[in-house]
Amino acid sequence: MPDNPTKTQGAQTPVADTPTEPAVTADLAAEHGLNAAEYDRVLATLGRTPTLTELGLYSVMWSEHCSYKSSRRHLKKLPTSGPQVIQGPGENAGVVDIGNGQAAIFKMESHNHPSFIEPYQGAATGVGGILRDVFTMGARPVALLNALSFGAPDHAKTQHLVSGVVAGIGGYGNCVGVPTVGGETRFHSRYNGNILVNAMAVGLADADKIFYSAAAGVGNPVVYVGAKTGRDGIHGATMASAEFSEDSAEKRPTVQVGDPFTEKLLIEACLELMATDAIVAIQDMGAAGLTSSSAEMAGKGGVGIRLDLDRVPTREDAMTAYEMMLSESQERMLMVLKPGREDQARAIFEKWELDFAVIGALTDTGRMTLVNGGRTVADVPLDSLTDDAPNYDRPHVPSEPRPLLRPDEVPAADDMGQAILDMVGAPDLASRRWIWEQYDHTVMGDTIARPGGDAAIVRVHGTNKGLALTADCTPRYCEADPFEGGKQAVAETWRNLSAVGAEPLAVTDCLNFGNPERPEIMGQFVGCIEGMAQACEALGYPVVSGNVSLYNETEGQAILPTPTLGGVGLIRNLDHRASPGIKRAGDAVFLLGETRGHLGASLYAAHALGHDAGAPPPVDLDLEMRAGGLVRQEIALGRLDTVHDLSDGGLAEALATLMLAGDGYGLDVRLPNDPDGQPLAAHAALFGEDQGRYLVCLPADRAEAFAHACAEARVPVERIGDTVAGPQLAIAGVATLALDDLRAAHERFLPTLMA
Amino acid sequence: MKSAVIVFPGSNCDRDMMVALEAATGRPPVAVWHRETSLPADLDLVALPGGFSYGDYLRSGAIAGRSPVMADVKARAERGLRVLGVCNGFQVLCEAGLLPGALMRNTGIHFVCRDVHLRVDNARTAFTNAYGQGQVIRGHVAHHDGNYFCDDDTLTALEDQGRVAFRYCAADGAVTPDANPNGSRNNIAGVLNAAGNVLGMMPHPERLIAPELGGTDGRGVFDSLVAALADA
Repeated sequence: MPDNPTKTQGAQTPVADTPTEPAVTADLAAEHGLNAAEYDRVLATLGRTPTLTELGLYSVMWSEHCSYKSSRRHLKKLPTSGPQVIQGPGENAGVVDIGNGQAAIFKMESHNHPSFIEPYQGAATGVGGILRDVFTMGARPVALLNALSFGAPDHAKTQHLVSGVVAGIGGYGNCVGVPTVGGETRFHSRYNGNILVNAMAVGLADADKIFYSAAAGVGNPVVYVGAKTGRDGIHGATMASAEFSEDSAEKRPTVQVGDPFTEKLLIEACLELMATDAIVAIQDMGAAGLTSSSAEMAGKGGVGIRLDLDRVPTREDAMTAYEMMLSESQERMLMVLKPGREDQARAIFEKWELDFAVIGALTDTGRMTLVNGGRTVADVPLDSLTDDAPNYDRPHVPSEPRPLLRPDEVPAADDMGQAILDMVGAPDLASRRWIWEQYDHTVMGDTIARPGGDAAIVRVHGTNKGLALTADCTPRYCEADPFEGGKQAVAETWRNLSAVGAEPLAVTDCLNFGNPERPEIMGQFVGCIEGMAQACEALGYPVVSGNVSLYNETEGQAILPTPTLGGVGLIRNLDHRASPGIKRAGDAVFLLGETRGHLGASLYAAHALGHDAGAPPPVDLDLEMRAGGLVRQEIALGRLDTVHDLSDGGLAEALATLMLAGDGYGLDVRLPNDPDGQPLAAHAALFGEDQGRYLVCLPADRAEAFAHACAEARVPVERIGDTVAGPQLAIAGVATLALDDLRAAHERFLPTLMA
Repeated sequence: MKSAVIVFPGSNCDRDMMVALEAATGRPPVAVWHRETSLPADLDLVALPGGFSYGDYLRSGAIAGRSPVMADVKARAERGLRVLGVCNGFQVLCEAGLLPGALMRNTGIHFVCRDVHLRVDNARTAFTNAYGQGQVIRGHVAHHDGNYFCDDDTLTALEDQGRVAFRYCAADGAVTPDANPNGSRNNIAGVLNAAGNVLGMMPHPERLIAPELGGTDGRGVFDSLVAALADA
């Protein structure tokens, strides 16, 4: 490096990094995913032709994945603040206050494209990446969740993808030693060519020891730690910003390879260094690796950055500047240290047998300057990579509204008992045991509610508080009506948290859609965002972090719009919490909320008609607030310990779940009436997916007081029966089913599919 | 009781083990980094925790079994120090030669995390005296390589000498193939060395020490150690 690396006299004209470097042209830019207008913008910004290395910087930083160029203006519509919010979107993860000077830090992110191409490594590195987003901020990761969308069970690739993704998630999370406690898995033909792998990580930190990414202090050292840089994952961000085609398998070399052992060491080393005060700023190297981490840190801090690439630890010989800047090798972090603290930091990373290298310094130029082999190979204004990246207002058209689907338009099953067994055994509702038994869900010794309930619960270590965690979306609803679907996804996470007795704090989102250049897809995106915004606003439940994944299409077929929401709630006293399993015989069984027999966009209708049909159930956010508030209040007062919210599969699913999660008890119930007290058709009452409902059980001697509390809270309620000692589900006038038969139906699907 | 927990690179149940030991003994264990060449003096117990030491590279437990600290663990074990290895700790003890046999990949190929039933097959040891002979307890496994294998002569010796501490079983105590989560010979879940002062087990007793965690049957291992020391 020159004697005074922090002072650079204005812009420089960089030179080619290697003699064999191809000439940069509009065609080469197009191959890098930059369209003609974007390439012209590069030329205008620089006032000259970029070097290959510079073209690489623009191609990744202006990719959809890094720039959010189609989504930025719409994401602004989401509420992101509240008294509980310490840090909203814009950092590596969101941060919320959980009292006692502690904070929960969390985010969800997609790893869809890599997982389709190479399921094990794609899913594994998705977990690794989201963990880094959380521990980068000073948090010890305490829980992982995932939301998976696969193609139809009988599609040729599904078994292979399920097997690889589940093994990859387990292989990474188990080794790192962070419990995987929850999530969701769905199957639908619209994911045949484009699966979704969304991973969420949650961590805990002291609220006054949060680390941020904005660099500060001209002259401060820029330090690289973790694993070495190889040639893997080059252009991963660009791949994640394009549609798939038949030859996508050829992109396998752009999928990164994870090493969870190195990640575990990196967690421990970073947390050890964070316990000192040596760090000014820190960011993980995720998508677009060294490029995005250095550009974003310096850009946020309003400084410049100069990197000497000869100092980057590399795994392979003769790597070019272009390759080093675009590599997505895993388990790497970039940090800015206080001056003079390098030796202290180095000692910690050497103890953990990780690479540590000072690779540059902050400057006052507002530019990113890259030096390799003594030559300047890139010199660009930072703003042009970050804040001034393209920002598009893409045309969007609203989805065609679907008509309401009346119950008499959906065939009623001849054998309602068999219909219930078919429903609890359906691909979307069958037991996920085969999946979550491959995940270590109890390591760290704080898992209070294991997978399979409405929300997982992880104790805040050393306290009697707990975090409730859930990930949800109903893409069928989002497809049928993006606005209502967006609302429902938010409401369902909120309901799942309420059902275990947690106060919902905030959500993270992972927005998976098709090609935003198609107005109807952009319309789905805008509709879902606006629905989510309305629900978050009404429920006081802000979005604090998230990720957007577009271009989830293959051969022109888009996925179902899938805005996955990850909700985090707080249980202040773990002695008072609820779970779905029946705990006693003789309890009164109440159904909260209104049952109208809404079969539109339901699972039952899809099965009975052979296709998704009808408008989705509307979400009444006012009623949602009242019902959720009542449930939480009764749990917190220690009056209620058995709760399950109703969602896919309606009342039939909920009744079965109460028994399947219980200790061998049964149910003796009748079907609920509509809000006017009139009877409903059996299939509509059983399988309708009306929103805002909970099924609860409580000792019969408190039934009257509970009904009174519901009336006071203006929550509609109907007592539909009792829990019984015998292990059978008896629904008056409809069917009687043995628990063993329910269990056999429920447990069959995945082991059979995966055999 | 004074205890120590060895921390290898990639150990991830070290904190869980320390929490369980502190709860049972009333004093926090000492964490010992794997590069140390000697253990603290006056120890009553060394625990090797679960995890993925060295990422399970080469073979699970193989590299950690040759860590600097293991020389002193072996020397002290030969002089009678009690050593408990759980999950990866069990794998390390086998690799270090402190216990016979090896832990191979589960026959089902997959990692398996679930509650199991365990039969206490020898309740007259320093690690099991809080249980009844033949008692069926709840255990919890979380491993990929838990398939215990040893040759026929070793197996005969283990069985004849009462060195099988725990066995996977059905709820009624029957030792059946269905109750075996990983394919271990004779459903073996935990074995002792000949002197009875070293126990390796795949199930995690430290994960079942409170009702809210799913049960308390794991406490018996730690309570047994405390009782054995009081008797000594």
